[in-house]
Amino acid sequence: MLLTLSWLVPLLGALVLLCVGNRDGRRDALVRWLSLAVTLATFAVTLVIWARFDAASPEFQFVERHAWIPAFGIDYFIGIDGISLLLVVLTAFLSPIALLSSWGSIERKVKEFSIFMLALEAAMIGVFVSLDLFLFYVFWDAMLVPMYFLIGIWGYDQRIYAAVKFMLYTMAGSVLMLVAILGLAYLHSAATGTYSFDLLKLYTLDIAPQTQMWFFLAFTVAFAIKVPLFPFHTWLPDAHVQAPTAGSVILAGVLLKMGTYGLLRFSFPLFPEAAAYFAPGLALLAVIGIVYGALVAMVQPDMKKLVAYSSVSHLGFVVLGICAMNMQGVQGALYQMLAHGVSTGGLFLLVGMLSDRRHTRLISEFGGLKAVMPRLTAAFMIITLASIGLPGLNGFVGEFLIMLGAFRWDPRFVVVAGLGVILSAVYMLWMFQRVYYGPVTHEENAALPDLRPREWAAVVPLCAVAVVMGVFPTLFLKPMEASVNAVVQRVQVAQTLRAERP
Amino acid sequence: MLALIPLFPLLGFLVNAALGRRLRKTASGGLACAVMVASFVVAMLSVGELAGMAEGARVIEQTVYTWIASGDVVLDLTFRLDPLAAVMILVVTGIGALIHIYSTAYMHEETDGEYARYFSYLNLFAAFMLVLVLGGNFLVLFVGWEGVGLCSYLLIGFWFTKTSAADAGKKAFVVNRIGDYAFVLGMLFLLVRFGTLDFQRLASVVAALPPEAGAFGAISVATLLLFIGATGKSAQIPLYTWLPDAMEGPTPVSALIHAATMVTAGVYMIGRNAVLFSHAPGTLLIVAIVGAVTALMAGTIGLVQNDIKRVLAYSTVSQLGLMFLAMGMGAFGAGIFHLYTHAFFKALLFLGSGAVIHALHGEQDIRRMGGLKRLLPVTYWTFLIGSLAIAGVPFLSGFFSKDEILYETFAAGHWILWTVAAVTSLLTATYMFRLVCLTFHGERREASSPAPSHAAASHLHDAPPAMALALVVLAVGSALAGYAGVPHALGGTNPLGAWLAPSFRAPGANPVAELAEGSGAAGLELTLMAVSSAIAIGGIALAATVWLRRRQLADAVAARVPGLYRLLLNKYYVDELYDAAVVTPIRVGSAEGLWRGVDVAVIDGAVNGTASLVAAGSGALRRIQTGSVRAYAGSMFIGVVVILGYYLWR
Repeated sequence: MLLTLSWLVPLLGALVLLCVGNRDGRRDALVRWLSLAVTLATFAVTLVIWARFDAASPEFQFVERHAWIPAFGIDYFIGIDGISLLLVVLTAFLSPIALLSSWGSIERKVKEFSIFMLALEAAMIGVFVSLDLFLFYVFWDAMLVPMYFLIGIWGYDQRIYAAVKFMLYTMAGSVLMLVAILGLAYLHSAATGTYSFDLLKLYTLDIAPQTQMWFFLAFTVAFAIKVPLFPFHTWLPDAHVQAPTAGSVILAGVLLKMGTYGLLRFSFPLFPEAAAYFAPGLALLAVIGIVYGALVAMVQPDMKKLVAYSSVSHLGFVVLGICAMNMQGVQGALYQMLAHGVSTGGLFLLVGMLSDRRHTRLISEFGGLKAVMPRLTAAFMIITLASIGLPGLNGFVGEFLIMLGAFRWDPRFVVVAGLGVILSAVYMLWMFQRVYYGPVTHEENAALPDLRPREWAAVVPLCAVAVVMGVFPTLFLKPMEASVNAVVQRVQVAQTLRAERP
Repeated sequence: MLALIPLFPLLGFLVNAALGRRLRKTASGGLACAVMVASFVVAMLSVGELAGMAEGARVIEQTVYTWIASGDVVLDLTFRLDPLAAVMILVVTGIGALIHIYSTAYMHEETDGEYARYFSYLNLFAAFMLVLVLGGNFLVLFVGWEGVGLCSYLLIGFWFTKTSAADAGKKAFVVNRIGDYAFVLGMLFLLVRFGTLDFQRLASVVAALPPEAGAFGAISVATLLLFIGATGKSAQIPLYTWLPDAMEGPTPVSALIHAATMVTAGVYMIGRNAVLFSHAPGTLLIVAIVGAVTALMAGTIGLVQNDIKRVLAYSTVSQLGLMFLAMGMGAFGAGIFHLYTHAFFKALLFLGSGAVIHALHGEQDIRRMGGLKRLLPVTYWTFLIGSLAIAGVPFLSGFFSKDEILYETFAAGHWILWTVAAVTSLLTATYMFRLVCLTFHGERREASSPAPSHAAASHLHDAPPAMALALVVLAVGSALAGYAGVPHALGGTNPLGAWLAPSFRAPGANPVAELAEGSGAAGLELTLMAVSSAIAIGGIALAATVWLRRRQLADAVAARVPGLYRLLLNKYYVDELYDAAVVTPIRVGSAEGLWRGVDVAVIDGAVNGTASLVAAGSGALRRIQTGSVRAYAGSMFIGVVVILGYYLWR
């Protein structure tokens, strides 16, 4: 029941908000505090789950199963393991921060905005906890709707184009995945006589290598778009730039991880032989993305776009780690997913604060802000350093483990991927310099207010977590270990079994 | 207890970073100095404890906790003190503390907030450097390695409103990052190949292997990658370009970067992994050649620069080159010896130049100085001692350490490298005394701007007490530090060399009986000493002649070879070359090729093209929906015919 609460609480919160009369925005404050309370409650629930989680066990825990559509073997079947646990916590952690960030910038239709945010949180957590593929798909698509509206209604000037592009891109992937999910259920019925969408049962299916190829591709394209993997990434800069700050924080912090989570949960363990076949190609796209994303980020005039492209680069590392399919690679990938959620979420948050104050995100409109707003600058510096992987902050641990895992698999990928580490310093510090250093170049910037209390409340937790994750990574690595090991074993065993078979 | 050594400055950083804005200067500066002194005291106590142990067993270790654990890879936060680390922590905390004390006076004109910010960075710098030298494995070293890179970024760019300072800071970080890229690859290589990053375990594993003959064995590749990292941190070819720009920071920062911290890291790293590097003779030779060439190149540039700090900066690059030459010769003790003496006189010289700049209200161009000897006596005399020491004048510290390098190079049979090093020594003596002559001797040449010159001449004040204290202590050190390593040839026992030697062996390995060799070659060593003493004194005499007696001579020479002069003045145009060959192509290629080309035109073109195709298709379909019943009936009829036809003909 506890696990169900984790997604039900925000959904119920959204329903409650629906009932709040808010004509002409007279109860905006109530709506804001209420939705913040709901996300905080959700976070509390996930923390309880973490506290009660047995890190030593690789099994799914907090499992709940109820028949839903028995005729097709569809169940309400949820549970978490070390792979999904911290992603759920991350989602619940970022949601209140994202909501807080919106208090200064979202003035229109606050109630509707809050409802969409809560619905989005419910769907995201649902995605991470689903163990039934049909249920997973329901949550997956349910997630698109609020995001579409968040961008389309509260976004910036080109929001409609961005929202539609986001929707079409992701839908294209989703449709492929739906076909593949239905196909899997059919395969199950062909093998056993009953339909099933049960992930654990599907794991044990013996699928012919040729068939695996198609299934793998269908799932992986859907996930690759979400990641986004080069060359499926062009929806991301538009979506990010046009989305309101809260949308960007969630989009970068959580939504992108759906793709890499899907690779790790579905593509690789369900179709291990196809994975072995495609992994080098996937890794190649990943390292291209790492360098490409970094280079393109470097020349962006718009801060949000810069951060968006940097995500393409960082997520390339995650995919590379997953492709390596060994302990360090996968654990590093998971760690990097969390770290990126915190640091890129933080970057969007801080860029949002600048953009709230000046209504522009162009780097050239700023300069010399350090003298004007030293506290915001300090926070930005910490998050910047986290993002470029300075040891002692969160980004380093994941990157290092990924490179180690990938090096054990195929050092050539690391040689290219490592360039991303250089370039990240270039584009981030260059942006930092142009925004914060030098003399104040625009008069409008001379009197910008520094961090307000509400903004402190949003920024401090992110910086603190960035430090804790960098200094005490074992806190987070431990709960992952058993489950990651299980996935790696499953994939490797399946691959070797097949290899030995004539 | 070891963890306390970096912890003290870290606490100083945290307090000043969090509360500094609300602290008075005496509080924030005092705190920063106090933590450094505390750290120095703990370091002394620890080294004392270490010295009390049996030779060969001198190791104190402390594992704080397990930092990263993943599968079979477990990386601990381990600190380890051995003779090599002992020398380093004393240098870092001792000279570091003096630089802190000096800074309290030097930075006095900053506001309270900025003052605290400065000291918080300075503390953090020392903390990371101490983590670097005390780290028991590569990963902990790397924390410090990246950390000092960060602090150099923050401190070089301390006066961030100045564009050149911000640029220089970023350049330092990015160039260092390029080296770190190779360094990380080297670390991964070692970890995957040998299963550990612990220095002692690596040394034990590698010691059992024979030295690699070719240049492409595993150890050679790994050490080469590590050395590339070192060229970034220690400003060697090809990654030295950040260091001369680093003087954009406040002058005490330059002293910290050039003497006590940061740039020594690469030399130290090689010393730390002496066993590893000894097993890769190919890499060692490359280290030696890169060091020698860097030393020569930087020396030639230093000869013509007009900015007092820039001359010193190139001098650092040059001296570091000599240290790498020593490391490459396998004379690890000699390299560390020079690192240690250099820390004294380079800190002294930078702080002395700071005192000059401070007195002249920011003037850094030596062409507008001169005649300061009488006005700034403390600064002059201490600066002179530092200059004599770095020039290698007999019986000052630089003499002993530089001679050991020259001797080891010659004894190893590398007479070309020896010649390069000897020429570098000549250059060192010359450019240093060019600096001394132009700054302190001769006529006073003032800034052409008339307004401040009246007041400036009469109100020049010598270093205030805090600065003078640091200068005097360092001057004493520069004079005497070399007596820790008086060679056998001069009747000494080279105690420093003996102290360090166990650090360059695999743990448990027996000392090689090569120390005795010194006496056999004493004649050669004495001869070489005479030669280099002559070189040092000759260089000084040359500088005095040219820049004191016959000023027009220098200009005449420069006029005779204008091309060469401009080449040197513009630092061989290496920055311009890097810009043209690397920076600009990447920037333009990324903007025009990747972003506007691939991303916007190709990929988005394809996506939007598909969308318009679908839109056009739907438009066509819409036209079919005419609403005419007859047309619908007709199309239904055609449909039925097609389907029936398909089943009939199947």
